[in-house]
Amino acid sequence: MAVTEPRIWPTQKVLQPTPSELYPSSDNPDLLEINLGPNHPSTHGVLRVVTTLDGEIVVGLKCEVGYVHTGIEKNIEQKTYWKAIPYVPRMDYLSFFSGETAFCMATEKALELEVPRRAEWIRVLFQELARLHSHLVFLGTGSVDLGGIALLFYCFRARDEVLDLFEMVCGARMHPRYCQVGGVADDLPKGFEAICRKFIPFMRNQLDQYDELIGANPIWLGRTKGVGVLSPEFAMQMGLTGPNLRASGVPYDLRSANGGYGAYRELDYTPVVEQGGDVHARFRVRIEEMRASVDLIEKVLDGMPGGPIISDDRKVVLPPRHELHTSMESLIHHFKLVTEGFTVPAGEVYAPIESARGEFGFHLIADGGPKPWRVRLRSPSLVLLQSLAALCEGVYLADLIAILASIDPVLGDVDR
Amino acid sequence: MQVNSPTWGEPDNGAGDRLGDEFGAGVIIRRVEHRGELTLDIPVDRLLDVCGFLRDHEGYDLLSDVTAVDYLGYQGEVAGYWGGGSDGRDINHYSHSGKAAVPEAAGPKRFAVSTTLCKVMTVTDGNHRRLRIRVWLDDNESISTLISVYPSADFHEREAFDLMGITFEGHPNLRRILMPDDWGGHPQRKDYPIGGEPVQFSDEV
Repeated sequence: MAVTEPRIWPTQKVLQPTPSELYPSSDNPDLLEINLGPNHPSTHGVLRVVTTLDGEIVVGLKCEVGYVHTGIEKNIEQKTYWKAIPYVPRMDYLSFFSGETAFCMATEKALELEVPRRAEWIRVLFQELARLHSHLVFLGTGSVDLGGIALLFYCFRARDEVLDLFEMVCGARMHPRYCQVGGVADDLPKGFEAICRKFIPFMRNQLDQYDELIGANPIWLGRTKGVGVLSPEFAMQMGLTGPNLRASGVPYDLRSANGGYGAYRELDYTPVVEQGGDVHARFRVRIEEMRASVDLIEKVLDGMPGGPIISDDRKVVLPPRHELHTSMESLIHHFKLVTEGFTVPAGEVYAPIESARGEFGFHLIADGGPKPWRVRLRSPSLVLLQSLAALCEGVYLADLIAILASIDPVLGDVDR
Repeated sequence: MQVNSPTWGEPDNGAGDRLGDEFGAGVIIRRVEHRGELTLDIPVDRLLDVCGFLRDHEGYDLLSDVTAVDYLGYQGEVAGYWGGGSDGRDINHYSHSGKAAVPEAAGPKRFAVSTTLCKVMTVTDGNHRRLRIRVWLDDNESISTLISVYPSADFHEREAFDLMGITFEGHPNLRRILMPDDWGGHPQRKDYPIGGEPVQFSDEV
């Protein structure tokens, strides 16, 4: 993705008085206020966008969120650490495995617990599969928003293959709860590698097909090129991370920043960057990221190390099942871990990871007990919704749909 | 020991020193380093100055997170368990998840608001550092909004107001964001009852 010529970015100003809402500047009595959502297929969940229209031009916009707020942060405070893990993937239900991994990583950081190498590699494998899953749904539903129905079926077919891989390893298609503090819950089953290897050329072929479908389609290009341009400075001001930031030419990716994390440290990942900053670039960056994910999956399968899949610290990790029949110690450990959980030393840690939509961080405040004192989920979707109003100033209503689709919020992630 | 999660880079003690030079030694109440993360406790009224300085002179261009924490009862003794104490995990040692595990007072006041900053575009040496700025607040105390420095603080602060009841002075749109507009109380506070909330829309008409 070489820069061919210096790009002149539009100047974007932070909206006043509030950066996340746009108010009509005129008192034209013919302005029309409409509610886009909360139940509208193009809002990808229950998001209510209150738009003020002058004809077909958006002159006012504010986002109302909170319709699927379920108090996950408060719930996690009442749970021991490993009983809190199943809550997390239910927030960002498209990039579900990232949430689990982030929570486990934050807990491991607070515990200073080392994770076996094989577990790190397995985690990367499934993080990339979850990213594929998320981007496939993004591409399919995004193309429906732009009026192209066909891509949805192709994307959902490929998505099903991804979910089959999750099902194979842990029995659940979504919300796997496969990540465990200290490693992963179970080893890869027999035959998994062969099926996963078959999936790689299939996915590459699919991605080429998607490219052919939309890459040169003049309607597609007309709907996306130059729409909703986001300058890198403005993206930084509004706190954007992930693919949206990289579509504006900022090569910031936690998988490579500061050397990466987990097995990404060994995999030598180079972030995918696009220079356009518009809706088209945001679609491109995700398609290219899917290609990069498939490459990473292949790399992981090639280099998968052997060894244990979970730490052997018996104060944190459940003992192997077979030991419970023969070892009193193991039985005690098992009982204590299940009834009381493990304790985490007091302190404050923040562990971010790169989910499919940006920096997904867990801010964990431990008080030394078996339950977290406070957990704060830094969800990327909440942050990126703030820039919607500035992006949609003066665009057509139809472009608003395209812009909303391109920034890819997940409302479970916004509301938590 | 290699931690699995991304590192915060080298603790940016230099930024702390330069903050002291700029605003006087009193600006940093204490520095806490925990698991490679540097936290600077600063007085409430200096938050805006400090963040402005960090953005303009130290290159912290991304506001990563704003977290409000309620430390009510943090030192109190709650239900005990056999899980070890401040010396480490030990399932043969009975302790509490409160005071017994925390030898010193967590902080001087009830609430803490932590602001995590990150360097993204200004990095030249490939070291994306992070830094946490923390202020302590009591009930009915308010802090100034960071919107003028980091516009993306908008939703974070609305959420902290909604769930924790922290008031951000100068915030142009400090409304509830996640809970309904007519909700009573701030659910993330530790004294907010769990269970037994009234079921909405079930009143007789």
